[in-house]
Amino acid sequence: MTRRILIDPVTRLEGHGKITIILDDSGQVEHAYFQVPEFKAFELFCRGRAIEEMPALTQKICGVCPTAHHHASSKALDDLFGVKPPPAAAKIRELMHNAFMFEDHLLHFFFLGGPDIIVGFDAPASKQNILGVIETLGMEAGKEAIEIRKKVRRIISIIGGSPLYPANGLPGGVSKALSAPEIAEIRSTASHALLFAKATLNLFSRRILPESRFRDMLFDDAFRLETAYLGMVDSENRTNFYDGSLRVVDPKGKEFARFDVHEYPRHLEEHVVSWSYMKVLSLKKIPWNGFTEGPDSGIYRVGPLARFNVSEGMKTPLAQAEYERILETFGGKPVHQTLAYHWTRLMEVLYAAERMRELADDPGLSDSNVRILPDSLPGEGIGVCEAPRGTLIHHYQTDPKGIVNRLNLLVATQNNAAAICMSVEKAARALIRDGEVSPAILNLIEAAYRAYDPCLACATH
Amino acid sequence: MKSFEPVIIAFLCNWCSYEGADSAGRSRKELPPNVKPIRVMCSGRVDPEFVLESFQKGADGVLILGCHPGSCHYREGNIQTLRRYLLIQNMLPQLGIRRDRLMLDWVSSGESDKFAAILDRMTCRIKTVGPLPGPTGNLK
Amino acid sequence: MKQKPKIAFCWLSSCGGCEESIVDLSETLLAAAEAAEILFWPVALDYRYEDLEKLEDQELDAAFINGSVRMDDQEELAHLFRKKSKRIFAHGTCAHLGGVVGLANLFPGKEGLNEAYLRAPTVSNPDSILPKTRCEEGGETLALPGFHPAVKALHQVIDVEYSIPGCPPTPELVEEAILGLLEKRLPSRGSVLAEKKALCHTCPLNRTKPERIQAQRFYRIYEKIWDPNRCFLDQGLICLGPSTRGGCKARCIQANFPCRGCFGPLEKVRDQGAATLSFLASLMHAATPEEIEMIADSIPDPAGLFYRYSLPSSRIHQSRFEENP
Ligand code: SF4
Ligand code: SF4
Ligand code: SF4
Ligand code: FES
Repeated sequence: MTRRILIDPVTRLEGHGKITIILDDSGQVEHAYFQVPEFKAFELFCRGRAIEEMPALTQKICGVCPTAHHHASSKALDDLFGVKPPPAAAKIRELMHNAFMFEDHLLHFFFLGGPDIIVGFDAPASKQNILGVIETLGMEAGKEAIEIRKKVRRIISIIGGSPLYPANGLPGGVSKALSAPEIAEIRSTASHALLFAKATLNLFSRRILPESRFRDMLFDDAFRLETAYLGMVDSENRTNFYDGSLRVVDPKGKEFARFDVHEYPRHLEEHVVSWSYMKVLSLKKIPWNGFTEGPDSGIYRVGPLARFNVSEGMKTPLAQAEYERILETFGGKPVHQTLAYHWTRLMEVLYAAERMRELADDPGLSDSNVRILPDSLPGEGIGVCEAPRGTLIHHYQTDPKGIVNRLNLLVATQNNAAAICMSVEKAARALIRDGEVSPAILNLIEAAYRAYDPCLACATH
Repeated sequence: MKSFEPVIIAFLCNWCSYEGADSAGRSRKELPPNVKPIRVMCSGRVDPEFVLESFQKGADGVLILGCHPGSCHYREGNIQTLRRYLLIQNMLPQLGIRRDRLMLDWVSSGESDKFAAILDRMTCRIKTVGPLPGPTGNLK
Repeated sequence: MKQKPKIAFCWLSSCGGCEESIVDLSETLLAAAEAAEILFWPVALDYRYEDLEKLEDQELDAAFINGSVRMDDQEELAHLFRKKSKRIFAHGTCAHLGGVVGLANLFPGKEGLNEAYLRAPTVSNPDSILPKTRCEEGGETLALPGFHPAVKALHQVIDVEYSIPGCPPTPELVEEAILGLLEKRLPSRGSVLAEKKALCHTCPLNRTKPERIQAQRFYRIYEKIWDPNRCFLDQGLICLGPSTRGGCKARCIQANFPCRGCFGPLEKVRDQGAATLSFLASLMHAATPEEIEMIADSIPDPAGLFYRYSLPSSRIHQSRFEENP
């Protein structure tokens, strides 16, 4: 007789999911399924809509990473109308993007996946949350985390009107220029954010990294997956969240492809499974081989760990130093350890803060020319950016009147779909022995997907 | 097979079409049985929501009749109706509803023949296009 | 000791943004977690559905539910909350009116599946697999909830006591609702917890809005660079401020962007789309059918714009799918 263990719903992530673990007679894991039971049909109902509404409309796919959708969409509109935003507009967008990456990564660290490692994998369920984090780190630290997120989200409101859903995206730029007092506020928040980022990495290196249970799991095979990686890089192969080329490295870390986003249909392919609404992406040039690891598999990962693996460094000094520390700890790249997502994510918090500072200090930021009117008819456009959870692609086609007739969205977590399912199964197989299941084991299995910070609303859209 | 008897909601302006219906000796009762008249003080009183509500509640067709341009008792009520009407006409197909289920026309109180002809034409048109399907999604 | 109120937060077909509007309460959230017992909140706390089922009927004092109803299991979950909770708050526009995802009601339900899983340009699906409600995988049966033929607002599935409008509501409105509950000063049942008047009344550009606006045409936002200090409608840009409930603090306007109606219709108005259509018609500076048609045609996607957030709870709810409409 087989036995089933159900985790429903999975918690501390964005969206709906459930895990079904099937044990055989002897209590060994036969299979574990990570299922996504939701779907919304954005690709259908955005058809017939006016193209200029896409940044406002498609961002409603996700209230956790709306800014990423807003930017992928705005960039697709730039492309579709053939307009290049003026320098100040590009800076404003990149600034908002980094503010958003910063606060969203911190949401994960303090509220979602972070409690697993801050409070500890084995802590009781009632402590695995922000309240437990505050109990562990102290009220002061907890309040500071909440406070800095709030302040940085205010940067998003200053630029985009709302802390959640920006409303400034237009083809050829943004709707609003920044005033001197606004820039002053942004600058001061960015400095504060940088201090906070440093302190958070400090906390991670002093408190979490040396902790033996975390270290064991960090290096444990149960949490290792040998895949390829995809992420965006600048001309020198350093991470960039807002603009650049897409780079893929194979499971050995060798460059497999480097392409402009317009080439994406030649590189990426989606597959459908009947047991989940989440489509699964793989590299098109490697024949689809199902949920398998290793060099013959086209399965790849995205997000902080992937960006670390595809890049050859970080553009800002403190992030670069952290990059080197990570490299040293693992003795090279690529790093296949799934729990390293946490560390690389925090490195990106540091980068985002440094980049915010740079942009806030940029004299060009205050230029009032933030928009160029397109003069060509709409047609087809593709936009890409790095969302916190990975590479995000928006692709639109319109009729000559600018009514959308086709769109294709490849959304961050979808790229990780196969890897998430496999990580859960792998952890379940390794951790459940002879039918023995404890709450701590189940939480550790959940830690396997939480490291990715999945967003299932995005993944299915 | 039973023939399809459509329900048509007719919003009739008090000053023209409703009068017209009377002067033709057609009291309410004598209107074609498919047509359910609703008297309004001016076609301009027909809120677009009334039109949509009519369709929601089972109308297969909606007719709005008002005074001729220039003869509205409230100056521009009928022109306002025309503006809304043309805008709704652009939207109806998006809502999966044929444009010709909604009709706007002008009659004066003396034009009883025109009035009768409009009603016949509308009834005939809706009989041809058939019943308006309801929502499939079990919505209330 | 006095018993703490018991509350739950949950999402149905949600984007998670409404959850952020709770997280954004920041310190108030910590205070609320002190003052009340939170017994379910999947985005932040490790409770499972079985914990919810174990509660006594009516044990919860309030459940704040965000998201619309799109999948079978979301409908079941809504009913479960109705059973367990004394009060239901429809939190956010999706729960209140159906939300952006309600635009799917312009299409037949299963088309969504076909588009995403069969026709998307990057999909490789030689066996035309669709997600199934029951499927055999490795000798085991796995279940998924079915995809409804239409999106519904929460009140179309269960009775709802209060609605907090907005996509998402501002944290202030959510805070006010939670404090109202904790301090036992909620308004009457059925209230929509935001302003009663239109957004225009609190819009910073309202003083520049003329008594009478006469539009020769409407502009698409990519056709024009506009003055950030002058009412957008008066510049020929469609702004839904006049037909949208106030309460958002004019968020989009602050970013120099016209309102898209996310706070839903005004108090006592059922159909936001019809109301929007009406006021736009009244701005048209034209009297002949030809002139009017030209202005009407300058609005590219009326249904998608007027019902951006409220199609499921509008009069029409859902497209009628006539042939050749
Ligand atoms: S109302 Fe808006 S923020 Fe809330 S769940 Fe719906 S789409 Fe998201
Ligand atoms: S129409 Fe728009 S811009 Fe003008 S006052 Fe109203 S909300 Fe403000
Ligand atoms: S301006 Fe309109 S669309 Fe924007 S937040 Fe306010 S109500 Fe919503
Ligand atoms: S009075 Fe007859 S249409 Fe206005």
